[in-house]
Amino acid sequence: MGVVGRIVRITGPLVVADNMRGIQMYEMVEVGSDRLIGEVTRIQGDKAFIQVYESTSGLRPGEPVYGTGYPLSVELGPGLLTQIYDGIQRPLSKIIEASKSVFVKRGIKVHPLPRDKKWVFKPNTELKPGDKVSGGDVLGIVPETSLIEHKIMVPPNLHGTLVELAPEGEYTIEEPIAVVEAGGKKIEIKMYQRWPARKPRPFKVKLEPTEPLITGMRILDTLFPMAKGGTGAIPGGFGTGKTVTLHSLAQWSAARVVIYIGCGERGNEMTEVLLRFPKYEDPWTGKPLMERTILIANTSNMPVAAREASIYVGVTMAEYYRDMGYDVLLVADSTSRWAEALREIAGRLEEMPAEEGYPSYLASRLAEFYERAGRAITIGRPERVGSVTLVGAVSPPGGDFTEPVTSHTKRFIRVFWALDTALAYSRHYPAINWILSYSAYSDLVAYWWHEHVDPQWKEYRDEAMRILYREDELKEIVKLVGPESLSEHDKLVLEAARIIKEGFLKQNAFDPIDAFTPPEKQFKLLKMMLDFYHEARRLVDRGVPVRSIRSHVDREITELIKAKFTVPNDQLEKLDEIYERLISKLHELRGVSG
Amino acid sequence: MTETQYWLGVREYETIREVKGPLLIVEGVSGVSYDEIVEVELASGEKRRGRVLDVGAGIAVVQVFEGTTGITRVGTKVRFLGRPLEIPVSEDMLGRVFNGLGEPIDGGPPIVAEEKRDVNGEPLNPAARDYPEDFIQTGVSAIDGMNTLVRGQKLPLFSGSGLPHNMLAAQIARQATVPGEEAEFAVVFAAIGIKYDDALFFKKFFEETGAINKVAMFVNLADEPAMIRLVTPRVALTLAEYLAYERDMHVLVILTDMTNYCEALREISAAREEVPGRQGYPGYMYSDLATIYERAGRVKGKKGSITQMPILTMPNDDITHPIPDLTGYITEGQVVLDRGLYNRGIYPPINVLMSLSRLMKEGIGPGKTREDHAGVSNQLYAAYSRAQELRSLATIVGEESLSETDRKYLRYAEAFEKRFLSQGFYENRDIDTTLDIGWEVLSILPESELTNIKDEHIKKYHPKYKRGGTG
Ligand SMILES: Nc1ncnc2c1ncn2[C@@H]1O[C@H](COP(=O)(O)OP(=O)(O)O)[C@@H](O)[C@H]1O
Ligand SMILES: [Mg+2]
Repeated sequence: MGVVGRIVRITGPLVVADNMRGIQMYEMVEVGSDRLIGEVTRIQGDKAFIQVYESTSGLRPGEPVYGTGYPLSVELGPGLLTQIYDGIQRPLSKIIEASKSVFVKRGIKVHPLPRDKKWVFKPNTELKPGDKVSGGDVLGIVPETSLIEHKIMVPPNLHGTLVELAPEGEYTIEEPIAVVEAGGKKIEIKMYQRWPARKPRPFKVKLEPTEPLITGMRILDTLFPMAKGGTGAIPGGFGTGKTVTLHSLAQWSAARVVIYIGCGERGNEMTEVLLRFPKYEDPWTGKPLMERTILIANTSNMPVAAREASIYVGVTMAEYYRDMGYDVLLVADSTSRWAEALREIAGRLEEMPAEEGYPSYLASRLAEFYERAGRAITIGRPERVGSVTLVGAVSPPGGDFTEPVTSHTKRFIRVFWALDTALAYSRHYPAINWILSYSAYSDLVAYWWHEHVDPQWKEYRDEAMRILYREDELKEIVKLVGPESLSEHDKLVLEAARIIKEGFLKQNAFDPIDAFTPPEKQFKLLKMMLDFYHEARRLVDRGVPVRSIRSHVDREITELIKAKFTVPNDQLEKLDEIYERLISKLHELRGVSG
Repeated sequence: MTETQYWLGVREYETIREVKGPLLIVEGVSGVSYDEIVEVELASGEKRRGRVLDVGAGIAVVQVFEGTTGITRVGTKVRFLGRPLEIPVSEDMLGRVFNGLGEPIDGGPPIVAEEKRDVNGEPLNPAARDYPEDFIQTGVSAIDGMNTLVRGQKLPLFSGSGLPHNMLAAQIARQATVPGEEAEFAVVFAAIGIKYDDALFFKKFFEETGAINKVAMFVNLADEPAMIRLVTPRVALTLAEYLAYERDMHVLVILTDMTNYCEALREISAAREEVPGRQGYPGYMYSDLATIYERAGRVKGKKGSITQMPILTMPNDDITHPIPDLTGYITEGQVVLDRGLYNRGIYPPINVLMSLSRLMKEGIGPGKTREDHAGVSNQLYAAYSRAQELRSLATIVGEESLSETDRKYLRYAEAFEKRFLSQGFYENRDIDTTLDIGWEVLSILPESELTNIKDEHIKKYHPKYKRGGTG
C-alpha cells in the first residue's frame, strides 16, 4: 500500500498528519487505528490536511494515517438503485447489520454494491471477439430493477480489442464478463467500475435542452418549466417548502432515474422517502418508485465533511446512468449545507475567508457542480442520448436571497423557483413566488407543449403571467386607496388572478388527486380560467359590474377552483361539464345591462 | 515537564502556557485525544471539569466548563482522563434533580448506574428511524388543530422575553396524551442558563401536578458557569435516549432556553478566535445544534420515543436572528408566540401563521383525529391570513369600503382569536372540541369561501347542516 504518516493535530473534522510525502491531493486515507475514512484537502511540505468523514472524537496525535493510493471514488454497477447510502457511499442498511446498532458507528467498512448477489447478464450480440471496443460501448445488459435495464459499459478511457465476452448467465459483480486487450495487456472487465467522484465523466457532445421535464406541479410545468438536462435552484427560508417540492419532484417527475441527496438535512425526511417510495407508484410506469431511486443521506447530525462529498458521489451516479442513455434527475437538499461544510473545513484550514466566511472558491465549486448537468450524446456505441437534470435547494439565512450561496447559485442555474415566506405563512403552497421566479426554458419547451398538448399553450401561459403581474401592480394601488377606486376591468383582473392562484397555482402535495396534474389537465384548467375571464370581460364591457358577476356565479367559480382536486386525472371530461355550468350561468347576465 | 501517569489513560500536567477566556492552553502533553474529558485542580484544591477542543503536537486546548476565574498558570494541575464525557444513566433518575453536568443536587443518594454513556451520543442511522405519526393531544387548539404535534417530533417554542412560554410548555407537559393509550410521558427537563424563578416555576409545577416522579431535571441556572450549558442539553438527551430506546418509555424533553446555549457557543468560538459566521455566531452552529435537535424521534424495533420541545427566546422578537433561524432549519416546525396577541390579552398567544408542524400530515385524519382535520386546518389558515390582509387594508381605507364578504372575514378573525385561539391555562380541549370550534368560527364565512374543504365534509360538519339535522 501507499504512504503511512502520523497524526499531529486534530481539530473537529480536520486532521493534520506529517510524514505524508508522496500523498496526492484528494487521495482517500484511513485515519487512526480505527481507520476512519478521510480525504486529503491540502498538502504542505510533507504535511497533509485531511477532512475526516467520521467523528474524530478520541483520535490522538501520533496515531497512524494510511494512504490508499486512489481518490474518493464511487462504485458504479448494478445494485445502486433502491439503495440508501451515506455521504461516502456506504449503504446505511448494511451499516445497521455490521454495527448491530441503530446509531452510525465509526470505522465501519461495507461494500457499496452487493458482492454476493447474482445478476442476469445478457451480452450484446452485436459484439464478437476481435471487435474494437472503447469507453462507453455496451457490453451487455442486466435487468437491475423492473424499471431499469442496466447497461454494462466499457469503462471510459479504455480502448482495445474484445478478447472474450461472457455468455448469458448469472454473475456477481466480481466475476469478469469480458476481457479486453489494450496496450498489450489483457484487462478483465467486471460489471462494476470505480470513478473519482470529483471528476466529471466524459460525454461526446452536449445538446440543447428542449424537452420539458414534466413534474406534475402546475406552477412549475406551466409557468416555470424545467427541461431535461437543465439546472434549477429552489431557495427559501425554513418551512417555505423546499423539501416538499423536492420530494414531489423525486416522486412525480418524468425522469427515468432519480437521485435524492439529503445533504445536511433532517433524518426523518430521509426516513419518509424510504418508507413511502417503495409503496408509491411511479406515475409514468405504475411500478414502485423505489425501483428508479437512489438515496444519499448525510443528515445534519452526521459528520460534516461527508456532506461535502455526498454531492459529488450523487452527481457521479447521475452521470453514470446518463451514460446508459437515461434521463436522470438529481435533487440535492440542501446545497447550502454543502457550502457550509466547505466553509467549516476552510475555516479549520485557516484559509482567508471571502463573504460571510465562505472560502473564495465557493462560486467555482458551485459552477463546477451545475456544469455537470446537461443533455448529451454519450460516449460509446450504440449511440445514446441521456441527460442529467440538477435541482438544488438553497437555504438562505433569514430567508435573505442576497447571501452568497443564493446569489452565486443564481449565476449558474437557468430555472429559479423562489420560495416566499409570506406565501408560506398564508399556506399558499407551493409557496413559489411567481414574480421573482423564472425559467430560461419556457420558450424552448413550448414546441413540446404545442405538439403534445395544445398549440395555444404559450399564448395561455403568457396571458396568465400577464394577469399575475398586473395583479401585483394593482395590489399596490389597492393598499393605498382601497379596492373601490379600481376600474371594473381592473377589478376583474383581481378576480381572475384570485381564481388562477386558488385554483391553479395552489397545489396540495398531499392530496391524492391534486398532488400530480398531467399536462393535459394543467392546460385545460388554465384555459377554462382564462376563457371565463374573457367571457366575463365581455360582460364588463357591456357595463355589468364585477360584483354582480361574482355574486351570480359564486358557486360555479368555487366549483372551478376545486376542480383540481375533485376531478380525477383520468376523467377530464368532467372539467367540461364544470365549465359549461359556469358559462351558461354567466350568460344569464347578458340581458341584465347594456 | 511534569507528567504523572496514574493509570492507563490518565495523565496529569502542570504546564499551562496560557489562560484565555474559558480556555486553557496546555503544553508538553502527549497521548491526549480529541474531545476527551479533563479535570482541572486549582491550587486551592477546587476541582473543575473541561474538554479537549483542539490537540496538536504537544499542545492541547482545553475548554473549562466552570470557567477559568481563579486558575493560575502555576500550581494548577490538569488531568486528562482518557475518555469522553460520560454520565451514568438509570431509570431511577426520574424524580431526581441534577446539575448541568448530570450530578445529583437534590441531596438524594448517588445514582447507581445501569450503564454509562457518552453524552455526545451518536447520529441515528436514518435507515433505522421510524417515521413519527402518533397524534399527541396537547389540549391546546392552536397546536392540535393547526400545528399538530406527533410522538417523536422536535417542535420548539419560539418566544420572546416576558412571553408565557413557560406556562404553555408546562400546560403541554401536563396535558399531553396519545388518545387511546395509557402510557404517560416521562419528562426530561433541561434548564439551560435560565433564572431561578423560571426553574422554580417548573419544579413547583411538576410537584403540584404529581408528575415529579416521572421527571428528571437537569439545572444550570443563569448565575452558573456558562460553559456547562454546552453540555446540559446533551446530558439530558443522553438520559432520554436511554429511557426511550432501552426502557421503552415515551419521553418528552424540554430544553429551555436554547438561546443561552447558543450564547455560550458564541463565547467559546470567540475565545478560539474562529472566523465568525452571522452576527458573531460560529459557522458550525447549524451542525452543532443539529447534534442536539436530531436526538429526537422513533426507531424501528424500539417501543419508546423522544419528543423534543426546545424553548428559545428570539432576541428582539426577530425570527430571522441566527438562533431561531438555524433552529427552524433543523426542527420539524415551530410554535411562534406573538407579543401583539399577548398584549391583547390572548393566551396562548400563538401566531398560527408563523407556526408550523411539519409532521402534522401523518398524524391526522381518519383513525387518528378526524377526516375533516386537514381541510379545516387549511381553511382556518387561509381565511385567517386573508383576514390579516384585510385588517391592514381596513385601517387604511376604512371598513365601510370593504365588501360584505370581506367584512365577514374581519368578524371571522375576531372570533378565531377569541374562541379558537384563546383558552385557559387549565382548559384541556379534546380534538373533537377543537375541530368543532374551528367549524363554528368558519361558519361566519359564506360557504362558497370554503374552497379548501371537501363538500362532503361541509355537509357533514358545517354547523348549518348539523343543526338542520342533515349531517
Ligand atoms: N405543496 C405543498 N402542499 C402542501 N403542503 C406543503 C407544500 N409545500 C410545503 N408544504 C408545507 O410546508 C411545510 C414545510 O415544507 P418543507 O418543504 O419541509 O420546507 P423547507 O424544506 O423549505 O423547510 C411542510 O411540512 C408542509 O406542511
Ligand atoms: Mg427542508
